[in-house]
Amino acid sequence: MFQFILRRLSLVIPTFFGITLLTFTLIHMIPGDPIEVMAGERGVSAERHAMLSAELGFDQPLYIQYFRYVGGVLQGDLGNSLVTRTPVLDEFLALFPATVELSICAALFAIFIGLPAGIIAAVKRGTIFDHSVMTVSLTGYSMPIFWWALLLMLIFSVNLGWTPVSGRIDVVYWIDNTTGFMLIDTWLSDEEGAFTSAVSHLILPSIVLGTIPMAVIARMTRSSMLEVLSEDYIRTARSKGIAPWRVIVIHALRNALIPVITVIGLQVGILLSGAILTETVFAWPGIGKWLIESIGRRDYPVVQGGILIVATIIIVVNLLVDIMYGVINPRIRHSH
Amino acid sequence: MSTKQMTVAEETMVAPVPRTPLQEFWHYFKSNKGAVAGLVFIVFICFLALFADFVAPHSPSVQARDALLLPPAWLDGGSWHYFLGTDDVGRDILSRLIHGARLSIAVGIVSVTFSLFLGILLGLTAGYCKGIIDTTIMRIIDIMLAMPSLLLAIAIVAILGPSIINAALAISIVSLPHYVRLTRAATMTEMSRDYVTSSRVIGASPLRLMFICILPNCLAPLIVQATLGFSTAILDMAALGFLGLGAQPPTPEWGSMLADALQFVQRAWWVVTFPGVMILITVLAFNLMGDGLRDALDPKLKQ
Amino acid sequence: MSLLQLDNLSVTFGQFKAVDNISYKVEEGEVLGIVGESGSGKSVSSLSIMGLIDFPGKIEADTLSFDGQNLLSMPEKQRRKLTGSEIAMIFQDPMTSLNPCFTVGYQIIEALKTHQGGSKKELTKRAIELLMQVGIPAPETRLAAYPHQLSGGMSQRVMIAIAIACNPRLLIADEPTTALDVTIQAQIIDLLIELQRKKKMGLVLITHDLALVAEVAHRVIVMYAGQIVESGPAAEVFSTPQHPYTQALLKSLPESSVGQSRLDALSGVVPGVYDRPMGCLLSPRCPYATDHCRSVEPSTQGTLERQVKCHTPLDYEGRPTA
Ligand SMILES: Nc1ncnc2c1ncn2[C@@H]1O[C@H](COP(=O)(O)OP(=O)(O)O)[C@@H](O)[C@H]1O
Ligand code: SF4
Ligand SMILES: [Mg+2]
Repeated sequence: MFQFILRRLSLVIPTFFGITLLTFTLIHMIPGDPIEVMAGERGVSAERHAMLSAELGFDQPLYIQYFRYVGGVLQGDLGNSLVTRTPVLDEFLALFPATVELSICAALFAIFIGLPAGIIAAVKRGTIFDHSVMTVSLTGYSMPIFWWALLLMLIFSVNLGWTPVSGRIDVVYWIDNTTGFMLIDTWLSDEEGAFTSAVSHLILPSIVLGTIPMAVIARMTRSSMLEVLSEDYIRTARSKGIAPWRVIVIHALRNALIPVITVIGLQVGILLSGAILTETVFAWPGIGKWLIESIGRRDYPVVQGGILIVATIIIVVNLLVDIMYGVINPRIRHSH
Repeated sequence: MSTKQMTVAEETMVAPVPRTPLQEFWHYFKSNKGAVAGLVFIVFICFLALFADFVAPHSPSVQARDALLLPPAWLDGGSWHYFLGTDDVGRDILSRLIHGARLSIAVGIVSVTFSLFLGILLGLTAGYCKGIIDTTIMRIIDIMLAMPSLLLAIAIVAILGPSIINAALAISIVSLPHYVRLTRAATMTEMSRDYVTSSRVIGASPLRLMFICILPNCLAPLIVQATLGFSTAILDMAALGFLGLGAQPPTPEWGSMLADALQFVQRAWWVVTFPGVMILITVLAFNLMGDGLRDALDPKLKQ
Repeated sequence: MSLLQLDNLSVTFGQFKAVDNISYKVEEGEVLGIVGESGSGKSVSSLSIMGLIDFPGKIEADTLSFDGQNLLSMPEKQRRKLTGSEIAMIFQDPMTSLNPCFTVGYQIIEALKTHQGGSKKELTKRAIELLMQVGIPAPETRLAAYPHQLSGGMSQRVMIAIAIACNPRLLIADEPTTALDVTIQAQIIDLLIELQRKKKMGLVLITHDLALVAEVAHRVIVMYAGQIVESGPAAEVFSTPQHPYTQALLKSLPESSVGQSRLDALSGVVPGVYDRPMGCLLSPRCPYATDHCRSVEPSTQGTLERQVKCHTPLDYEGRPTA
């Protein structure tokens, strides 16, 4: 098992450096002089240009610049925002919990609906239920989620008034930022109704963000279950005379989940890119909104750093998924 | 063993009528109702796109100052003159949607063609050359796959600057990995076949081998991927447009129409609803057809 | 009262009759051999006894009873109490018949726990005993093994251990050695026969191996295209086959073909969904087929003890009776 983890890790490290190379190159592909781009409309004097150039290392050969960049990244230095002058990493860390909170709720929504729907559709294949699940999931899979967000907002917030339109919590509450997770912070605080308010702000964004993963999980679970249910060992299990639910939940599901777990892991990428759109629509103060606003402000260090962190998170999560895959699949765990 | 002699004869399962591969394909494809519905809608959308200038009742950019935020015809205050209503500056929504179809289909065609072409080229090269070239290409592809496509597309557009051309370019780049992987895998299998080896012995040129012998054998999965690629392209394009990174106003692009409408969500639901419905149905149509194509082209699933 | 009795059992998938009106019975302690080419309905008929035929398969029978209990009319739950405990089955491919996600021990204990219950310690002890009985060395350590760590022969032994866990009175072995190496085949059969004798089980042994059936079976059934074409005491059927199909099967055995052409064996294949002939299903391949055979289906003649389904059963010299 330890070897297995080591082997995976050795595959991840080159990918990480590849991504640093990518973000490094992207910034150098910006047409025009980077310092003038950074300075924006105000422009810089010649001396200041030379000074900045030396300070930022732009006068060095490219490969030196790259090594400096990677060196900085490895020490957690992603540069400073051009707009706020604060380190990119600090800004990221301040906003990240909001995105994580939203993504976790969306993932839970996707799993708790998608997984059972896929299982039941497979067990009752060919029935109305099966067809409905397949139709809904294909629709969900094709959904432009920014529009889905607007539509739900229109129905539930504007017309019915059941949920708030945007943000994480009503402005009347003042919540201490202890963990950054609004649900936990409001739970800990003694402000009456704050927790309910936080929950109601989370509902629509979570549904919107969870829609595509839900569709993917339902489809994947169904096809994986169908495949497993026709396996010989399912017949063996049934020939033991055990209850049908046990055959499905214990024997089939365990095997069917192996590919589904991988798919769930791959949804992290979808969640984070979906978060960009969802956060924009719901004015959710997370990294998605932050990235888009930085692009609008041409705050390149933030764009560069943000993309690097998000990509790194995705490869790390994929690594964890891989390891989990090994834990539930004995054939991999034991192979050397 | 004992029963060998009795089972030697070839399978004589008499399938009802023997068909050509194309008929076979069509037989399976048309039995899939969703796929046929998808195809019909795609044909319809393509028609709208081609003849937008004749089909659309109004110009997509003419602003009717006297008809701002008019609701659809069937509602109070609506006018049959503007069937789906008008937007905040009085442009006809129906006409904008029809012209938007042109844009979406065009972006789909451009980006799918581009990534298909480049993807096949890279995939064939990687599969044919093996060694260091293969490793380099595949590592880059792996890195691209580690990033969510929308994020990568956003990054590319952020650098190149927001415009519809750059968005199309970004979309083609991010969909590249699928085509490269498919082609490379198919090339590797084909390369180990006897006929390829023998053509090599005869001295067929590598280019001839790649395009005449190997490519036709990996067409089926590429066709499926290209169909699904259309839906991703349309969806990503709309997302970029929505974020203000794609088509710029006043271009009638579905995603940017939504972005423009954002502030009227509360007052005029139609400005928001119809562009989204168009995106959804079009993407759904391509996905349905892609699924149908896959089932019809994949011999494994045929009984 | 017979242990297992079927009267006119049919299994249909849509229009296709995979099993067509078969009748036979198995007595306590009896070994019944079922032979026939692939696709002749051997597996489907035994799965229907286990209650493992799924939609869209449909089972019809005048009688399908185990130890006098009607299997078709009893509630699902009661039937499950029989499957796996009183009636057990082992399958053709042991490598795919064990669940790859669970240990050998888990899969044996699951069978025990379902029908007998008991503390964890007792169950483990029983599982070790079972592994010992089926000849697996170092059973204590094998309990924690996963199926992919076992060879084919070992997996089949584990399958046998699961099947006999609850001391079944009827064991159905569906081609238990077909997927195994030749050297292992004999060991597995020896094990099965030994267990059958020791536990006085009824054993339904489905196989391609006629020689094996001749050696170990008391009675034999020959199936063709979903039908029983001949059945009877093994010695009788093999010495004086009454059905042309049985005759052909026997002729194709290596030892009987000395001196004569092995091409005597039938050519062609078992009819499938699309090519079911009129009249006798064997008529396209039967050397004795007449026009009558090609138009009228023969009825089953004789008692359950000795059935034959042919218009002109063969006589002692192996010639069709007029
Ligand atoms: N689930 C099923 N659906 C349709 N046909 C089936 C199914 N299971 C078996 N059959 C058909 O029933 C016939 C008998 O199969 P089987 O009992 O497996 O033969 P065998 O004698 O080789 O064990 C075959 O022609 C097979 O195609
Ligand atoms: S009925 Fe006729 S065709 Fe059928 S087995 Fe007997 S002799 Fe042959
Ligand atoms: Mg069989």
